[in-house]
Amino acid sequence: MPERGEGTIVERPLRLDYDYTAGLAQSRFLKGIAQKKILGERCPKCGKVYVGSRGSCPTDGVATDGGEVDLPHKGTLTTFCVVNVPFAGQSVECPYASGYILLDGADIPLMGLIQEIPHDQVRMGLRVEAVWEDEVGPTLQSIKYWKPTGEPDADYETYKMHL
Amino acid sequence: MAERVAITGVGQTKYDTKRADVSIAGLCREAAVRALEDASVTWNDIDAVVIGKAPDMFEGVVMPELYLADAMGATGKPMMRVHTAGSVGGSTALVAAGLVKAGIHKRVLTMAFEKQSESDAMWALAMRIPFQPALVAGAGGYFAPHIRAYIRRSNAPDHIGILVAVKDRQNALKNPYAHLHLEDISYEKVAESMMIWDPLRYLESCPSSDGACAMVVAAEDSVSGDRAPAWFAGTAMRSEATQFAGRDQVNPQAGKDCAKEVYRQAGISDPRREIDAAEIYVPFSWYEPMWMENLFFAPEGEGWKMTDSGATAIDGDMPINPSGGVLSSNPIGASGMIRYAEAAMQIRGQAGEHQIDGVRTAMGHAYGGGAQFYSMCILTKDKP
Ligand SMILES: [Zn+2]
Repeated sequence: MPERGEGTIVERPLRLDYDYTAGLAQSRFLKGIAQKKILGERCPKCGKVYVGSRGSCPTDGVATDGGEVDLPHKGTLTTFCVVNVPFAGQSVECPYASGYILLDGADIPLMGLIQEIPHDQVRMGLRVEAVWEDEVGPTLQSIKYWKPTGEPDADYETYKMHL
Repeated sequence: MAERVAITGVGQTKYDTKRADVSIAGLCREAAVRALEDASVTWNDIDAVVIGKAPDMFEGVVMPELYLADAMGATGKPMMRVHTAGSVGGSTALVAAGLVKAGIHKRVLTMAFEKQSESDAMWALAMRIPFQPALVAGAGGYFAPHIRAYIRRSNAPDHIGILVAVKDRQNALKNPYAHLHLEDISYEKVAESMMIWDPLRYLESCPSSDGACAMVVAAEDSVSGDRAPAWFAGTAMRSEATQFAGRDQVNPQAGKDCAKEVYRQAGISDPRREIDAAEIYVPFSWYEPMWMENLFFAPEGEGWKMTDSGATAIDGDMPINPSGGVLSSNPIGASGMIRYAEAAMQIRGQAGEHQIDGVRTAMGHAYGGGAQFYSMCILTKDKP
């Protein structure tokens, strides 16, 4: 084998701008968020309520428009992670807890940031509610974070099928 | 009639944080040349090339298969690229095997790679989705909540993840290709390492590696080389949606279905007893016990007992990842193929210091995406 030198790696940042079309289902959801409403959509076949819906039930393949459900702004933290590693584009400072929030009446969780509780006290089954930004718009960032409601923790049996 | 298919050559590069001595093409070529040499064939003996890697945005080279065609000797030959996220190394090999099984080609060169030093996987896996806050920090951030759910569901003691991390790094010390050679690895070292994605510690997570793996896959009448081949006795892939109500994220259905199918083809009814060694895709420590259950090596809720009892150690009754696994080397796109190559090496008696005696049946496994893609094989010493 011939002797080989070491190559030099040069960083060349690239930029790609694109137009994003939310689509009908996500637009319905985001327009709800802009009015401080969390809208789910119920599948006409299996009855499951999807939140952040893509407009159809992934299990049954049927449209869910028309099945709008105005969901409460509180739910159960099913599981979570405490993030201690910084990454590009990160929206919060480390360490922070983020996890899956199953809104009461929904069958699929939303991802959310958990605050107003020390990160080492965050636990599965914690009852949480949305804290909204003062200015809301058609983005999930309108929900600043989720804070404990103070209710007793949800019983594991009530959410274990959502893990 | 389907052709019998065998792995007749394997080639791996040394895995490292940064292989600055080679370009992406040079890295891939290194693995491919070694696979050809192992199979005692030349570029002329290869009918087609199937390559795989994880998302293009990792290295920022779009459709790298176009530029790699020459380096892979594919000029004038059929060439195909496969992509199924982290499971791609496994599914790439299975596409190659499928081409031979179907009688389309006699000998296929298959190769998978990742050059993480020229990429930013953490960035690529923490994509800014419009209208949503960026909360998920890379693959570890994605899988950590599901690991927490496993621990709750199985009531596993906290130290299981640490045991896996120590075992795989000790195995890696016996594998010259492994990226991590942590001579001073210990229970304390892992336990004291930073909790980066609670409940996952730094040393319970896979490294970022540069590397490539290649194999020559051949039909029965085109088997070559001095060493007996490893035969495919079963091959299966399955997928499922990442999000649907009631999805079991701890023990995904697609993984169970894939395992059942690959065992059915290979005639395996009791995997723990009938499989002599397995290379399973474990990028985060806790995925060892989780996959032990998903792959029916242990009853549901008891995978951690295999780790705890030492059954999965190199001298245990069900050795898992004698090579050191993904926890010791993770060139993402190649990681699945390395599992297959290492399983083949165990069958062929070429695993050196991490060779397990008398392996006649071995398993290769890969998963990817949000645990939605699965690719598995059963390899045997005897012709199926
Ligand atoms: Zn439905």
